[in-house]
Amino acid sequence: MKNGFSIRGVDFQNRVFVASGTFGYGDEVKHLVDLNKLGGIFTKSLSWKPRDGNPPRRIVETASGMLNSIGLANIGVHTFIEKRLPFLRTLKTRIIANIAASSIREYGDVLSLLDEQEGVDGYEINVSCPNVKEGGLSFGTDCAMTAKITAELRSKTSRPLIIKLTPNVTHIAEFAKAVKGEGADAVSVINTVIGMAIDVKSRKPKLSTVTGGLSGPAIKPIALAKVFEVAQSVDIPIFGIGGITRMEDAVEFLMAGAVAVQVGTANFVDPATGTTIAEALESYGRQQKLNDIGELVGSLIVDKKSSVLQSWM
Amino acid sequence: MIIADVVVTDVRIVAEGTRTLTFVSPEIALSTLPGQFVNIRVHAGSDPLLRRPFSVSRVDGNHVEILFNIVGAGTDILAKKKPGDMINVLGPLGVPYGIKGEFKNALLVAGGLGVAPMAILTEHLKALGKHVDTFLGARSALHLIVDHLENIHVATDDGSKGFHGNAVRLIQEYLKEHPIKEVKIFACGPTRMLKALSAFAISAGLECEISLEGEMACGIGICQGCPVERVGGQKKYALVCTEGPAFHCQDIILQDS
Repeated sequence: MKNGFSIRGVDFQNRVFVASGTFGYGDEVKHLVDLNKLGGIFTKSLSWKPRDGNPPRRIVETASGMLNSIGLANIGVHTFIEKRLPFLRTLKTRIIANIAASSIREYGDVLSLLDEQEGVDGYEINVSCPNVKEGGLSFGTDCAMTAKITAELRSKTSRPLIIKLTPNVTHIAEFAKAVKGEGADAVSVINTVIGMAIDVKSRKPKLSTVTGGLSGPAIKPIALAKVFEVAQSVDIPIFGIGGITRMEDAVEFLMAGAVAVQVGTANFVDPATGTTIAEALESYGRQQKLNDIGELVGSLIVDKKSSVLQSWM
Repeated sequence: MIIADVVVTDVRIVAEGTRTLTFVSPEIALSTLPGQFVNIRVHAGSDPLLRRPFSVSRVDGNHVEILFNIVGAGTDILAKKKPGDMINVLGPLGVPYGIKGEFKNALLVAGGLGVAPMAILTEHLKALGKHVDTFLGARSALHLIVDHLENIHVATDDGSKGFHGNAVRLIQEYLKEHPIKEVKIFACGPTRMLKALSAFAISAGLECEISLEGEMACGIGICQGCPVERVGGQKKYALVCTEGPAFHCQDIILQDS
């Protein structure tokens, strides 16, 4: 049975990845996880200079989920290349560098520097972080700006270019269309959903930045609907993300139209969630007598009579 | 560091509102150092979703003990565990207290549930030949936890036992009357207490390590959720989970919580 797939000529050994910001730079968990069993690792976001991130409190647990406001704390692209990439190069899995920036120029500079390095197999562009003042969501909710960033980065690399989209817009498919038009190879759907929590004793927001990004099983239904919306409207490979904790969740995303999935928040509970799902997905495929796990992609059966989807999609 | 399902052997009430939970893990029992913690998944479900961090309070053979109060859904589930139930444990985690210095007199200061790491700390300090005094602050006599501690001095908020006041005032009074040398302070407790103690230790020129709590998701440095502000240096924040929970008090800036 075929497990893998490819994007822009880059082969991935299976369809289960770990999401940016939920797995560090891989070496933090190498004693707990067989990293070589993953389809690939999306690194913690990288910016040109190191970022301290937001003041505490950065994390609040909510019903079947969590809010975060990390603020893209990261070591910066130079330290990444010097200190973390050598380890990642030793792995038999694909490394996708996630890039976050506060200007088009910074996106381009980070990508160009990474493009000179061996061992970086592609890029995921974070235009959708809800927790920073500059860049982040102000780019990701502006379709023209998202397209402009995509075009600029497309001109700088021949490696796979994946744009991570925010669910915090009315029609996410328009954004997928726009980035496809500018040469993006795939989209990641979805980044976190804006949310907040309040401490009723102090009448203050629990997060230092008031609002943050909601993730975990709580957002899985939202994520599935967004993946389905994009898959119905645009012919572009989708990495499905949002609350995946077990194999059945991954299968749902594939059925909705994702070609692959990223495991996110579940890594905080068990960093081996991705490899466990990868193994279980393979067993599932054999049980279902599939020749290719890819047969699941977009295999959702919708009864047309009962579908109210087309009216709003 | 391991991640494993382990068997709970005992849950019992040890003071007003406080319980111990004991589980079996030869690996964690063998490798845990004082001040380190374990991150516990209380059930397999998704609500509550995240692990809960707990200081290891004592190790006995293959048995590992933690101390907790019921403060929410996670600890409520833990309190209902019965011998034979399983929990999933990740640990031991974090930077332990520095117990190997030149000092001869260890002064342990604990407020409330901050007593958690003091039993294992006492055992290791005694094995190194250090003299241990323990200053415990509790809300009342009913809230005191004194098991496996040495030379205990008590302060209670309501004056129902020992010194009427807090543990920081208690150790200050003690040092006034007993001007001992070659001292190192080890502390754990509420932020307000640690702030007051740090200020005192710095002004008195005493070496002092404090153990912090932080809201964290992973416990291993990947979520970046538990920053504490550092003094100087290139990085503004340290992570409580991997650069702590034990810090030298002059290295960090505590915020009012």
